[in-house]
Amino acid sequence: MSGWIRKTASEMADALAAGEVTSVELTQAHLDRIAAVDTPTDRRGVHAFLHVDAEGALAQAAESDARRSAGSPLSALDGVPIAVKDVLATEGLPTTCGSKILEGWIPPYDATVVARLKAAGLPILGKTNMDEFAMGSSTEHSAYGATHNPWDLDRIPGGSGGGSAAAVAAFEAPLAIGTDTGGSIRQPGAVTGTVGVKPTYGGVSRYGLVALANSLDQAGPVTRTVLDSALLHEVIGGHDPMDSTSIDQPLPDLVAAAKQGAAGDLSGVRVGVIKELSGDGWQPGVITRFQESVDLLVKAGAEVVEVSCPHFVHAMAAYYLILPAEASSNLAKFDAMRYGLRVWPEGKPDASAEEVMRATRDAGFGDEVKRRIILGTYALSSGYYDAYYGQAQKVRTLISRDFEAAFEQADVLVSPTAPTTAFKLGEKLDDPIAMYLNDLATIPANLAGVPGISVPSGLAEEDGLPAGFQILAPALADDRCYRVGAALEAALLEQWGGPLLDQAPALNGADA
Amino acid sequence: MPEITRDEVAHLANLARIDLDDAELDHLAPQLSVILESVASISGVAGEDIPPTSHALPLTNVFREDVVRPSLTPEQALSGAPAVDQQRFSVPRILGEEA
Repeated sequence: MSGWIRKTASEMADALAAGEVTSVELTQAHLDRIAAVDTPTDRRGVHAFLHVDAEGALAQAAESDARRSAGSPLSALDGVPIAVKDVLATEGLPTTCGSKILEGWIPPYDATVVARLKAAGLPILGKTNMDEFAMGSSTEHSAYGATHNPWDLDRIPGGSGGGSAAAVAAFEAPLAIGTDTGGSIRQPGAVTGTVGVKPTYGGVSRYGLVALANSLDQAGPVTRTVLDSALLHEVIGGHDPMDSTSIDQPLPDLVAAAKQGAAGDLSGVRVGVIKELSGDGWQPGVITRFQESVDLLVKAGAEVVEVSCPHFVHAMAAYYLILPAEASSNLAKFDAMRYGLRVWPEGKPDASAEEVMRATRDAGFGDEVKRRIILGTYALSSGYYDAYYGQAQKVRTLISRDFEAAFEQADVLVSPTAPTTAFKLGEKLDDPIAMYLNDLATIPANLAGVPGISVPSGLAEEDGLPAGFQILAPALADDRCYRVGAALEAALLEQWGGPLLDQAPALNGADA
Repeated sequence: MPEITRDEVAHLANLARIDLDDAELDHLAPQLSVILESVASISGVAGEDIPPTSHALPLTNVFREDVVRPSLTPEQALSGAPAVDQQRFSVPRILGEEA
């Protein structure tokens, strides 16, 4: 059965429809793969999963197979298994957000995204690893240990959704759900050679997504192909009355856009290269692959212009004030009273609720979470509010205006997704600023709420590791990301003679 | 140049209800100063006339009909509680000794 795991989700769906394979067989093949490469006992593994639900996934697969044989209505991805980032509530399955403070918590309800996956018949293989409360760019801030990049187990898989990206890159799952607050879907996609999409803010429900920063968080697809992302986006997207920030408008036809793009004609499409997102500090091999990809878009008929977004240089500063401010407020709910960890201060059996709260939050939160809570508390405190948080909100306006002006000159904007390829585990762990710089190119889209996709652009010459190509579109025009992304993917596939992941080294001891 | 002193970090940790020990304070204070320094460039970027954006969507006051909808049972709501007593969350004392 192992041959199935290397197929795309779309191919798996076709094979299910043709009766060539069952959902139970597909699901079992992925569970076998997880057992072989994720946390093998005799060697180092990928460690993409925090929790695997073999029993539940196989039961959901059997139900999908039963619906298929009974001739019941089926979704486009019915029976294709999926992995879900551990930041989304799953009824009856642990949801830790990569934090000790939620160890052992079993949500009593499903996030809307999860409910939609279940309704569409996608068996849920398990929950994927992440930086604690999605704070990080390497998945090293998980309280349960880092995830390893399948391209090189000594390197980071990106973050915060390194688990979802690594699972898909290692063929442990054909599809996964991620969440992107400042790049946590796109940057892991770039460094693992996979596709990641951050939808328009409000395009996918946030109900049941444990909030990091409400005004920035967005769930989206993590896959190996652009078409697979479009198929998954259509399953999870659309209005949800349970999320007051959900957009009450139909999604554009994303699958049609991906198919149109794959046909290879980009005539009449204006592509804007963002001047500010390259140059000093960018890895030369990443830039080379980026420029080659731009050339391929020109070859496909696109018109390329250079655009300037002068305030993007301030995006990181604005983000690292807005995000900690929102996070410090959000994480106040972890108070040891209603759910999650409760730690009593040592030697104080008669401690007050407040003392228990302090001890619990010290024991339950990791370093990065504490850093950001304290930074956010500072930014929101009187005397500093106007100078920091107030200024950051104004810069957010300027960044949105930069996007508006740029989208008058171009239909999509492009840049490398991340400034470098995957770095070594531990390399930037105690240097917060170096870590934050990974999200330089992805943050502006979150601040403005516009959609973005990262598509593999090849391997950087210096280190043979994947680089990503980012495509941004105006709010609600997610279809443009899919059209241009699929066109680039098709051109690159032809050049490579097959998927980029075919060039990844075999994971020791396990053939796929 | 903005700088957060060790005492300020201790004060902020207190406001955020996190018991930081001495080693954590020694570690965090210089790191926070470096982070603040790198975001301080933001002051003066936007003029007085620029309105703030708190949210990417121009949405305000999203209402729903005031009708009863399905919700969690008491058992479900209490299922993750560290301690439960008589179908309620049981918490440590919330008042001082003398109260």
